[in-house]
Amino acid sequence: MAALRHKLSSKFERHVSDQIETMPDEELFSFHTYNADEGEKTAYSNYSYWRSTLNSFKKNKTAVILVCLVVGILLFTFIQPLLPNQYDPNLVNNDPSTGIQYRNIPPYILTLVGNTDYPEIKETFWFGTNSIGQDLWARIWTGTRNSLLIGIAVASIEALIGIIAGVLWGYVRKLDWFFTEVYNILDNVPQTIILVLISYMLKPGIKTLIFAMCITGWIQMARFIRNQVLMIRDREYNLASRCVGTPTRRVIAKNLLPYLVSVIMLRMALSVPAAIGNEVFITYIGLGLPTNIPSLGQLINDGRQLMMSASLRYQLIFPTVVISIVTISFYIIGNAFSDAADPKNHI
Amino acid sequence: MIAYLAKRIGRSLITLFFIITLVFILLRQMPIEGYFENFDKLTDEQIQVGLEQMGLTDPMPVQLANFYKHLLHGDLGESRRYRANVAVTEILAKKVPISIKLGSLSILVSLLCGLPMGILMAKNKGNFFDKLGTLFIVFIQAVPAMVYYLFIQLYGTTIIDVPLLFDASKPLCWVLPVFSMSLGNTAYYGMWLRRYMVDESTKDYVKLARAKGVSEGKLMKNHIFRNAFVPMIQYLPTSFLNTVVGSIYIESLYSVPGMGGLLVDVIKKHDNNMVQAVVLLFATVGVIGLLLGDIMMTVIDPRISLSKKGGGR
Repeated sequence: MAALRHKLSSKFERHVSDQIETMPDEELFSFHTYNADEGEKTAYSNYSYWRSTLNSFKKNKTAVILVCLVVGILLFTFIQPLLPNQYDPNLVNNDPSTGIQYRNIPPYILTLVGNTDYPEIKETFWFGTNSIGQDLWARIWTGTRNSLLIGIAVASIEALIGIIAGVLWGYVRKLDWFFTEVYNILDNVPQTIILVLISYMLKPGIKTLIFAMCITGWIQMARFIRNQVLMIRDREYNLASRCVGTPTRRVIAKNLLPYLVSVIMLRMALSVPAAIGNEVFITYIGLGLPTNIPSLGQLINDGRQLMMSASLRYQLIFPTVVISIVTISFYIIGNAFSDAADPKNHI
Repeated sequence: MIAYLAKRIGRSLITLFFIITLVFILLRQMPIEGYFENFDKLTDEQIQVGLEQMGLTDPMPVQLANFYKHLLHGDLGESRRYRANVAVTEILAKKVPISIKLGSLSILVSLLCGLPMGILMAKNKGNFFDKLGTLFIVFIQAVPAMVYYLFIQLYGTTIIDVPLLFDASKPLCWVLPVFSMSLGNTAYYGMWLRRYMVDESTKDYVKLARAKGVSEGKLMKNHIFRNAFVPMIQYLPTSFLNTVVGSIYIESLYSVPGMGGLLVDVIKKHDNNMVQAVVLLFATVGVIGLLLGDIMMTVIDPRISLSKKGGGR
């Protein structure tokens, strides 16, 4: 193959050089006339930061599919309660004839693939029921919604506080020592310990969890923003912008932000799986949400207590599959977006 | 060097002082049930007397001063609900050695697995091994640790045929806890070593060495790996912290009688004194881990300036 290509190319080259040799000089060279209008033209680039970002993100097929998946899951957690024949996640289902709870009914979904005998009952529990007769299907989707909302809330609050604090830290020189000291102390304490301590002290609830996770998370974001601001704000092109009188708002939006977006997005995307994982952790050590607010951590913890009997293992497997899909998706999306958003990777 | 060390250690001490004071003051705000073994059966007078005996009715600065005085004598108070009226230090003395053993074994295992993994991935960049390793790293980093810990416990115990619960005298019982705990750090070391080695292998000195005809194996071993390993030291603190968190999960999952399991137990029992002691111990471990990381970094790489401001990571 390589030999053939070589032969072809050398043949082609010979052909071209033959042609050139036979051409008279007038055809090879021609004088260009001076055109005053052409001389006035300036180069114009139709480069747009967000369009380039979107274009390079779209090239990563896995990430695009995962974005659709995550958005789909999030939408479905809101749509699911509106669908017909759904159960309330906290409702304990009783057998209408005997009044006994539907305990540990195997998932109906398994009978569709011919895996198990479904007991003779009228109701359909897609993912089965838990040990007190609550519908696992409804609990999983409500739990996913709660966990995702916690994750997204934590990521947004961290980003908001982090960006504001970081810009202040970078721009206002008098505040530098203060933030640096706060950073030195906060960064020295294991985050988990702060999480445990705050959840131990406050009343369990969604707000407590979000508060406990945000209280340390913002400082990393702030420090990063501060370092970037310090690095970028006195570069020549920003000096030039300031000299020609560009308003600060425009300098920040056009010159500073593109450099920060990639990392802000990456940190936000990674905060979501971290927050979901922290929720699992806090629930495991017994400081999680009350049982009437289902969350993925709670479902995993409930499933854990039953995992030793093989027939009840579905109560562990369904939540772990959902949590794995969600966290891995966020992780990959975050990395793909941060690659795409980095102006260095734009052509 | 000595000036830097003194400054860095001084900073750690100040941090510790802040943490201890803050934790102490915060935990005083907790409901007082956490100080009595049988709170529900006590009358109001008994509770009042008990509180006075424990010095909990004193003003906060006095309590704090007393606490520091006792702390300097190595006294962390007594457990109330976990094991009534037993000195906290006595309980901890039995637990700490097991945790240290478990933690150091797991760090050793993750070094032994993580470094070869990083090298293998860097050597086969873009190939099958690299993709397999990336898959592993993404999974371990993204999925909550609880998920894979549970499945390791579930299937691991049947595969190697050990009881669910830990027994320190049987060596086989150590395998699963150590393995589970090392996973997080293995992924971490593998990921960073790969990244540093890939960065390093495009540098000019490597090109020169290759042009001179240095063999690929020697190049990896003597040039790339050595330089890529130096920045790895800064992840020592994080691996310390990973181990601490891992120990909380693993020790209570397998009922290992160590510190991590203890934290879960005392939180469930609402024993304020014990929570305070264990939290302080873990915070101290974290601070020491960071300190060690910084010191090792300066010792190993002479290029890093010792008087760098802030001394942080």
